[in-house]
Amino acid sequence: MTRLIVGPFNRVEGDLEIRLEIKDGRVQEAFVTAPLFRDFEHLMEGRFPLDALVIAPRICGICSVAQSAASALALADSARLVMPPNGRAAFNLLQALENAADHLVHFSLFFMPDFARRFYEGRPWHEKAVARFKAQQGEMARRAAAARTRLFAAIGLLAGKWPHTLALQPGGTTKPIDQSERIRLMEIVGEFRRFLESEIFAANLERVAALATQSELAELKRGDFGLFLSIADDLDLWRLGRSPAPLMSCGAFPGLEGEAHLFASGLWRNGAREALDLARISEDVSRAWLQGGQPLHPSRGTSQPEADKPDGYSWSKAPRLDGRPVEVGALARQVLAGQPLVRAMFAEFGSTVATRVAARLIELARLTVQMEIWVGALDPRQPFCVPFAAIDGGQGVGLAEAARGSLGHWLSIERGKISRYQVIAPTTWNFSPRDGQSLPGPVEAALVGTKVEAGEASPLAVQHVVRSFDPCMACTVH
Amino acid sequence: MPHKAPYSFLWLQAASCGGCSAAALGSDPSFLDGGTPRLNPLAHQAVSEECGAEFTQILNAVLDGGLVLDGLLVEGAVLNGPNGTGQFQMAPGMGRPMNRLIADLAEKARHVVAVGSCAAFGGVVAGLGSRTQAVGLQYDGGEAGGLLGAGWRSKSGLPVVNVAGCAPHPGWIVETLLLLADGALAPNDLDSFQRPSFFADHLAHHGCNRNEYYEYKASAHDPSQQGCLMENLGCRATQAPGDCNRRRWNGAGSCTNAGYACIACTVPGFASSADPFLETPKLAGIPVGLPVDMPKAWFVALAALSKSATPSRVRRNATESRIAVPPDSRSRKPK
Repeated sequence: MTRLIVGPFNRVEGDLEIRLEIKDGRVQEAFVTAPLFRDFEHLMEGRFPLDALVIAPRICGICSVAQSAASALALADSARLVMPPNGRAAFNLLQALENAADHLVHFSLFFMPDFARRFYEGRPWHEKAVARFKAQQGEMARRAAAARTRLFAAIGLLAGKWPHTLALQPGGTTKPIDQSERIRLMEIVGEFRRFLESEIFAANLERVAALATQSELAELKRGDFGLFLSIADDLDLWRLGRSPAPLMSCGAFPGLEGEAHLFASGLWRNGAREALDLARISEDVSRAWLQGGQPLHPSRGTSQPEADKPDGYSWSKAPRLDGRPVEVGALARQVLAGQPLVRAMFAEFGSTVATRVAARLIELARLTVQMEIWVGALDPRQPFCVPFAAIDGGQGVGLAEAARGSLGHWLSIERGKISRYQVIAPTTWNFSPRDGQSLPGPVEAALVGTKVEAGEASPLAVQHVVRSFDPCMACTVH
Repeated sequence: MPHKAPYSFLWLQAASCGGCSAAALGSDPSFLDGGTPRLNPLAHQAVSEECGAEFTQILNAVLDGGLVLDGLLVEGAVLNGPNGTGQFQMAPGMGRPMNRLIADLAEKARHVVAVGSCAAFGGVVAGLGSRTQAVGLQYDGGEAGGLLGAGWRSKSGLPVVNVAGCAPHPGWIVETLLLLADGALAPNDLDSFQRPSFFADHLAHHGCNRNEYYEYKASAHDPSQQGCLMENLGCRATQAPGDCNRRRWNGAGSCTNAGYACIACTVPGFASSADPFLETPKLAGIPVGLPVDMPKAWFVALAALSKSATPSRVRRNATESRIAVPPDSRSRKPK
């Protein structure tokens, strides 16, 4: 058995180090370390409730809107406040804009550049991958960043500054959108649609969103999506990095009048959907550099550092549902949402490098189509926000689906101040360390069996597996 | 213009949220992707091809002098805790605390740039209740010192250049780099907190589109109303360095334009006060934080006067979410 420490992982968000135990050219065991602790939950304690809107987004500058939304919704929940339809539409739009941008950046700047590496020289798709995706040089590096910048003009209109806006409030959004802004939003989203349709998919987005079978997918093998599919077939990424954990989503994008989520919540286990019961969530700190005993529900959780804890190997807690790890993210969302092709791919291959990435791209198409609908639903004559009055004591939960998966904020207020604030972020689920039962986290399990070529210091297949989850380590430990 | 070799830079993430990088990715001109030939990214955690050992090789090459480094850019606070060990952030794959790695790399760079208020002053990570011994590169809040010490100078003779902001405007980052590359940023181009004056000599208030409401002290009471945010909703734009409302964010917006308070995120210690962010602290009904340079008596007198002179149109619109009363454009011609 040989040991390899891989890190820092570039082209992932934040600090990550992975220890690999290797035998006969394959990963035998993997240990994921989140090496940074900033103590955000503690920073919120003792502050005024609305201050959470300032502190929480700064947990993560990549998905700051999702953090903002979860925080605002936790406050709204504590006061049993309901926002008007325009507020919901603006919340949905802002989260969809951020998720869409994250998916695009992940695919173009983080994941695909690995296939442009010299390691793959001679493969039939390599030259194309270099021209399109070589890190900092390929034509898509710049085009994707430019498309993202242009798309973010929509965030500018809806929320002013990004990252770290304060536009998302418990009662709605601070920025009423007028006629001209609404029509500009329409144009901006339309331009993004045309970018995706010409560059990434070389197909109409509705067609991508409605894909149902592998044979329909085979007909769509063009654009960058097609390039990815060719690579996935050639390297059999369909079977690489399989995660055995059930899938979870807390549900994304509520209807504007409070109807069911566009992407349903639930737990996908043994080929069927079950209702999600938040009471069955707990966080285990057995292998985290944190004090604590029994796993606790986040409404009772604490985060007390213990840097020299003998069994610790990460600052990340290990969140569990019914005491088991679960996977979150675009794949989980689209399986639970019933997107037919994603369900079919998952049924055939499970959660693997290729199915995780394909689900993200299909979701990108769905999000963009949906954004146009939400812009259309904004009504400049109606309110965007209702006033919020903080309560003196009580609790609230705020849930959001960030690009990388389910995000939950649990907050308690006592005597007008925040007395407890606990966050479980998407990558906390996916990149969790082992728990008290020695159950590995989803990525730790997915890495087992991955091939390591002789002499590789940072095995490329390991990198594909890790990046296919699109980790955000800043969120993971907060 | 004479040709200059591209300015090489290395961007490290200390205790950060990644938000400064996320902002920088949207800069005009773009630079993390090699978009402008003037700036040459040697390595950035979010965009570099190199991973693991290949990445640490670049850092080691800078440390042993084999690779010349123009700019060291650091994003995020420096964590000295627990108990001075720096263990709250270990550099991945290097087995050493990040604070030591940054201090060593700083000695090798021609310029050191703190990107964002965390790297500059400690920021939110060093804010109220912080237990991580978080500091900035050359400041601990508003106190000179920080990781490198008050008297520290980079090889160029400049102190750490503080591109403050949470996150900073992408333009502040790329323009600072271009100025450094051009040799055009001298010590007297920095303000008293070492922020480039090209943005820090303005106030976030300048160019705020709520100007008429401010002039008449016609104030919003609740979020999404059009009035001035200073009297009730915590806006510190009249005290906060930044050209936010002159150059605008994400093509179109700014904090105040989008209807929420400026929280003075470019100011050292902006997250260290126990006051609520989104309410205006007042004493006897008068905001404690008055506009910079303004004598209190004058402010109070002028505010009282302008309040009594407020046109009913402005007073009414201030608490509406859209124009309820438009300016009367028919009564007279502009003269």
